[in-house]
Amino acid sequence: MVDAQSYQAEALIGQDIEAYLAAHEEKTMLRFITCGSVDDGKSTLIGRLLYDSKMIFDDQLSALEAASKKSGTQGEAIDFALLVDGLAAEREQGITIDVAYRFFATEKRKFIVADTPGHEQYTRNMVTGASTADLAVLLVDARQGILTQTRRHAYLVHLLGIKHIVLAVNKMDLVDFDQMRFDEIVADFTHFAANLEMTPPLAIPISGLAGDNITQKSANTPWYAGPALLPHLETVELAEDAAQQAPFAMPVQWVNRPNLDFRGFSGRLAGGTVKPGDKVRIVPSGKTSTIASIVTMAADASQCDLAEAVAGQSVTLTLKDEIDCSRGDVIAAADNPPLAADRFEASLVWMDETEMLPGRAYELRIGTQAVSARIQAPKYAVNVNNMEHLAAASLGLNEIGVVELATDRPVVFAPFADSQKLGSFVLIDKLTNATVAAGMLHFSLRRAHNIHWQAVDVDRAAHAALKGQQPKILWFTGLSGSGKSTIANALEKKLHANGKHTFLLDGDNVRHGLNKDLGFTDADRIENIRRIGEVAKLMTDAGLIVLTAFISPFRAERDMVRALVPAGDFIEVHVDTPLDVAERRDVKGLYKKARAGTLKNFTGIDSPYEPPETPEIVVNTTELSADEAADVIIAYLDKH
Amino acid sequence: MPSLTHLQQLEAESIEIMREVVAQAENPVMLYSVGKDSAAMLHVAKKAFFPSPPPFPLLHVDTTWKFQEMYKLREKAAKEAGMELIVYKNPEAEAQGINPFDHGPLHTDMWKTEGLKQALDKYGFDAAFGGARRDEEKSRAKERVFSFRSENHQWDPKNQRPEIWSLYNARKAKGESIRVFPMSNWTELDIWQYIRLENIEIVPLYFAAPRPTVERDGLLLMVDDERFPLNEGEEPVTRSVRFRTLGCYPLTGAVESEAASLNEVIQEMLLTTTSERQGRAIDHDASASMEKKKQQGYF
Repeated sequence: MVDAQSYQAEALIGQDIEAYLAAHEEKTMLRFITCGSVDDGKSTLIGRLLYDSKMIFDDQLSALEAASKKSGTQGEAIDFALLVDGLAAEREQGITIDVAYRFFATEKRKFIVADTPGHEQYTRNMVTGASTADLAVLLVDARQGILTQTRRHAYLVHLLGIKHIVLAVNKMDLVDFDQMRFDEIVADFTHFAANLEMTPPLAIPISGLAGDNITQKSANTPWYAGPALLPHLETVELAEDAAQQAPFAMPVQWVNRPNLDFRGFSGRLAGGTVKPGDKVRIVPSGKTSTIASIVTMAADASQCDLAEAVAGQSVTLTLKDEIDCSRGDVIAAADNPPLAADRFEASLVWMDETEMLPGRAYELRIGTQAVSARIQAPKYAVNVNNMEHLAAASLGLNEIGVVELATDRPVVFAPFADSQKLGSFVLIDKLTNATVAAGMLHFSLRRAHNIHWQAVDVDRAAHAALKGQQPKILWFTGLSGSGKSTIANALEKKLHANGKHTFLLDGDNVRHGLNKDLGFTDADRIENIRRIGEVAKLMTDAGLIVLTAFISPFRAERDMVRALVPAGDFIEVHVDTPLDVAERRDVKGLYKKARAGTLKNFTGIDSPYEPPETPEIVVNTTELSADEAADVIIAYLDKH
Repeated sequence: MPSLTHLQQLEAESIEIMREVVAQAENPVMLYSVGKDSAAMLHVAKKAFFPSPPPFPLLHVDTTWKFQEMYKLREKAAKEAGMELIVYKNPEAEAQGINPFDHGPLHTDMWKTEGLKQALDKYGFDAAFGGARRDEEKSRAKERVFSFRSENHQWDPKNQRPEIWSLYNARKAKGESIRVFPMSNWTELDIWQYIRLENIEIVPLYFAAPRPTVERDGLLLMVDDERFPLNEGEEPVTRSVRFRTLGCYPLTGAVESEAASLNEVIQEMLLTTTSERQGRAIDHDASASMEKKKQQGYF
């Protein structure tokens, strides 16, 4: 049994609690993850760390002993893995299916360890655990060597920018602490890591079960010259300390405005350090000011101003000038601010059951900014088992790829390699609200990279290509009250959610402005449709998908509009509702007035309606809801 | 610059979480149980929004069976923070006189689980801060910081949103709500150290004092008021005791102790050999009981 006394200064606790607490208050904190293949012993290693640092209480230990006998895999011995396999469902299956966080402390540091699962289908959980880690412990079973899972996890750890990796060659006791076996595994991994341009890991031969090279150097591996695991974890550099070297930047989370005399900007420093008097720039606006104070709460009012704040701290800053600054903006060093851009290349880990839809508008969150973003079809997907680049039209659950994306307005960013806080983002499905992807920005795409920009004439095709869609006129025709506007509205919402640029022309926005000089005589009806047709055509020239919802009773005018645009771009949608049904609905009470004779020239009553002869789409509203009708039209659009 | 200490890091993270909730949620509330974890959480909230008061109310889901000293501190703490205090008592439980002596598990179900659901529905809170820590219990170790509840307040452990970096996604469908645990990564020792460092007021019951107690089912219970039904021949005995965790007084076991100061309490805690929740009757049934309770809507 390894001596754990040195890791809980029990003597000091008993004799001088004041000194112990004062020392403990100065501890730093390291977050790390353990990963590796299913049976490589992750849970056992964590259980061992908890046990050796005396984080297991007597009642937990007796429950553990009982559970070990019942469902443990170590016979009568304690099964440390049972300590960490939390959820009841997991305990029954004997596997870890989600991220579990554990805590322990040594004299020097407090540790938070994320136990992440080994199965491929839970890549997203591993990414969750790895995203906040300073270090990764990659476990390998000495008998098995480097497996596909090991490579996958190493790649993910590298992708997520974890700078420190420990290759823990576990179960060394089962290979008689054989140095040759250890060297062979390390060489195998080093070869693989070099291909990834990954920082070489620190390799340590250990036994989680027996405790070798965990808290101190083991006598069983005299040939190993490096540190034991825990001493290494106690001294490795923290990510936040590294971030202090970066230029100052703080995304604004919240504007603190208790009264007219105080206006502070609250946030957590993404990088660098800041002092009162420092010149700062607000990005993206570019306005500059000077830090007036760094405010915090203290019992003594004279202590409420800090002299300095560093990366990782949550503070409230006040500025000397009254300038515009709100949530989403970044306050940064005036001479070295992050950039803003709206087109990027990024790596993406897809985390949702529903696969990525190129062209759809997702919500993109980066720092404290939330914008709408569209992803193009992946440049390539990565086979995480051998790092091969694969052609891909989309990304499914747990798939990783490189994509280009465009946001609807510029976002402040830094490349992920330079700043985890300013270069990482998530994508959210706007309908289900699920977090569907984690992304790491590589760089912004300059305009020169944008082939559309190089086109000499910005013509109809160029407008359409930039929007990534085929312009169309969806011409809804039908009786008053047939449901044209309702269906057109439902359709526009769906198209919009799918990232399409649309515009809906209907009585509300046309009759009150452009056509307010027109009445309801036949001549005026024709002129009404002509104008709408011309406006719709201009909008398709601009690349839009135009939806029009007008009775448009005459075949000739509809055909006139059809002739204005290229063949196939005019889609006539006949909202076919029998007169008696429309009249029974009479949403606006117009049929009643027409029957009473107070409303003249009413289509279907005293003015004719000419149904289309060969419409592209017919919607029977007595059978379909507006939503279903919209789906029918979307299905048609997808096909054509 | 030196590295941030672990307490500075934890505080900064908790502050960031609280501000995100305020920026993203429509109607947040902080669940306040008057215990030491609540006290630390409330203190962090005050720091997060200073010089403004925290921009949400405090909600205490009362069971009417808390210790008297808890009720005293409750009013005082809310007043000092400049926050509105909402006290909610499940009217059905009140009408039926549900109590821990006669009704067993129904007491927790009706007062706490049901009471909480009712209070959140009544005021339309869409995000509720709770002081739970991941080191308390196994199922909590796996819960996200932003934990979603269905319209029926249920937790689905198999379907948790990935929570990556500190990019918290608080978007939700109508009717859904979020429980937010800003203190997720704190341990019991961290909480004690923070209370010590920041000089946070806590209920005196955490410190040892002579108190009237009786021993029942292996738990040392305090006779906090005249509603405590004594068995035939049972006499309260004055013992020097303190509490490691506070809840309803008939359900909360005391430990015999002489630790009357904060340092002594921390010292005792560090040298102790049983984990914190052991004093709570609620976890004793099955070892997966907390997970079940949470799926039913327990906080």
